[in-house]
Amino acid sequence: MTHDLDRISPLHGAGGELMGRLLAEHVLPHFEDDPSQIGLSAMDDGATLARPSSGDLVMTTDSHVVKPIFFPGGDIGTLAAAGTLNDLAVMGARPLALSLAVIIEEDFPIADIDRIVGSFAKTLKDSGARLICGDTKVMGVGELDGIAINTSGIGVADPVVGDAGARPGDAIIVTGTLGDHGMALLAAREEFRLSTELTSDVASIWPMIRSILPVGGIHAMKDPTRGGLAAALNEMARKSNTTMEIEHAKIPIREPVRGLSDLLGISPLVVANEGKAVLVVSPEVADEVLDRLRSHALGRDAAIIGHVDDTRPGRVIVTTAVGGRRFLDMPLGDPVPRIC
Amino acid sequence: MARPFQLSDPKRARQLADAIAILAPPTPIKIVHVCGTHEMAITQHGLRRFLPEKVQVLEGPGCPVCVTPTADIDAAVRIAEAGAIVCTFGDMTRVPGTRLTLEQARSKGGDVRVVLSATDAVKIAQETDREVVFFAVGFETTTPMTAAVLLDDPPANFSVLTSHKKIPEAMGVLLDLPGTNIGGYLAPGHVSTILGLAPYEAHLAKFNIPVVIGGFEPLDILYAVALILRQVRDQVGFVENAFPRAVADEGNPAAQALIETVFESAGVHWRGIGSIPDSGYRLRDDFAELDARRRFDVQGERGDEVIPGCRCADVLTARATPADCPLFGTRCTPLSPIGPCMVGTEGACSIWFRYGGRELP
Repeated sequence: MTHDLDRISPLHGAGGELMGRLLAEHVLPHFEDDPSQIGLSAMDDGATLARPSSGDLVMTTDSHVVKPIFFPGGDIGTLAAAGTLNDLAVMGARPLALSLAVIIEEDFPIADIDRIVGSFAKTLKDSGARLICGDTKVMGVGELDGIAINTSGIGVADPVVGDAGARPGDAIIVTGTLGDHGMALLAAREEFRLSTELTSDVASIWPMIRSILPVGGIHAMKDPTRGGLAAALNEMARKSNTTMEIEHAKIPIREPVRGLSDLLGISPLVVANEGKAVLVVSPEVADEVLDRLRSHALGRDAAIIGHVDDTRPGRVIVTTAVGGRRFLDMPLGDPVPRIC
Repeated sequence: MARPFQLSDPKRARQLADAIAILAPPTPIKIVHVCGTHEMAITQHGLRRFLPEKVQVLEGPGCPVCVTPTADIDAAVRIAEAGAIVCTFGDMTRVPGTRLTLEQARSKGGDVRVVLSATDAVKIAQETDREVVFFAVGFETTTPMTAAVLLDDPPANFSVLTSHKKIPEAMGVLLDLPGTNIGGYLAPGHVSTILGLAPYEAHLAKFNIPVVIGGFEPLDILYAVALILRQVRDQVGFVENAFPRAVADEGNPAAQALIETVFESAGVHWRGIGSIPDSGYRLRDDFAELDARRRFDVQGERGDEVIPGCRCADVLTARATPADCPLFGTRCTPLSPIGPCMVGTEGACSIWFRYGGRELP
């Protein structure tokens, strides 16, 4: 039996020599360990983590399947790192450590693994967190579409910011333009093959979120990934039994996103974002939070898009661009399958 | 950079709303449109907020999925059970038949596939030896596409189960139904790009009712409503084109010719309304061998349309709003729909449930 050395074979997931070489040559060089702990390169049965001196530990996990695997603005590696870091960030948590479990389809190009792991490492770099453990499995041709990645993350928050703390009177802030990731992925799909200037917004937002936490008065945060702003606001409204009142005209949306959205009949408010947060903050701190967000590269387009009240508990109401009113409902599902 | 003229400009919308308020009659008036896209636009943009309380705009039989009779669903289910691949638009798979939906037929082993167009169904037929049936629904916007596919020498294993319907005929019949009480029609922009003005004149002139063809942007719709109310004020009723940037008075002759070549008029059944003479299409004899009804012998299907408690029939005839139905939003939701108006994403109930009807402050 011969193996194409440039492609993934079943042996790469079998725990033997070939897997060891894959990890040593294509994974480990991208990361750096904490010398005082058992880290990734130790390849032990588990990794260790120094106990934080204060705050609560926050843990999250997320699996990523995306088509196409490489898209304008990022790839599945960027997405896996940013997704987990952002889930921690919107809990108010400083990320400490991540895990990376990869399931790869046989015959997948190893060069692509290199690229994906490189993107993961690059995204992780500025967060202060380390990759401390991982796993690799291989499935047969046709048993999986290319690659699937699971990442778990541990962070520390003091205080923890949930998504249920909205109160009437609070301001609703988004940290930037909406719909970029979902629409970029849609445009990149084979079946549409639209040539656009759209790029995904995928990025770790922790450095930006870190700068606003000291302001205080942040009652709730969410990252509007699957289901977009619509899903995030509906969840916040239901959990806090409040009404989210937003104005469409105040929501930052890039012109090409608006154009594609009109063309396809898919609202930018229901597709995924991968580098944004929705914040519900006390009205006294809204301007200060906004200023700090805007001073950060990822938050240049941050805007107050509405407020919280209690006229229709559990619902989101939008004043439309033309000046009408309607519910913004929880999407039944993502209109764009497999994008994050 | 300043954005170009916006058909959702709030200032102009307010001006039109002011005009509508001035033109509105002193007594309540019901304007009916017959297009899911109109209902979607009206509700999604929250346009009812611009209308005085006494001006009501309701969706009639405008959702093709909703008006497809149980008998046709049953025929499609039987064809799937006979082993053919049944291709249709997404929402059709969830509409209840007498025994099963197409989705349920699929879970029992039938091969039911969702396609975006008739052309996709032909592609599936080209790649298999099995029989492939396209379950064709829709108004004059989709009928020419079905016709085009049938004229393009489709493979021998391909046939169509047609349930195409004509809108102007239904608009005429609706006016004769008891209790509809319609003061004016907002006619569908898309259908009108194909039909032009003549079919509305043929079927509606004798009723002396305002019929205004409208587009789908907020200003298009408010403008059309204003023109309807102006006709009402002037006590006239004629066909008026408020969407000339897309609709030519003569319509699209090429598409009309496609329809004419392949189809002939036939009396068909509309859910909620009943049978209407000449309100649908059947294949001409030259195309008989492409008719799935003949190929699979599902001619005489007779379906049962009664869904206990569901007011879909009244919603489809603009005799009730979705909110008037006791099942609306309680037992009947988009996740577990009972009536077809909640199944079709262009159905009035589904749209009202998702975006709110007239209830918002």
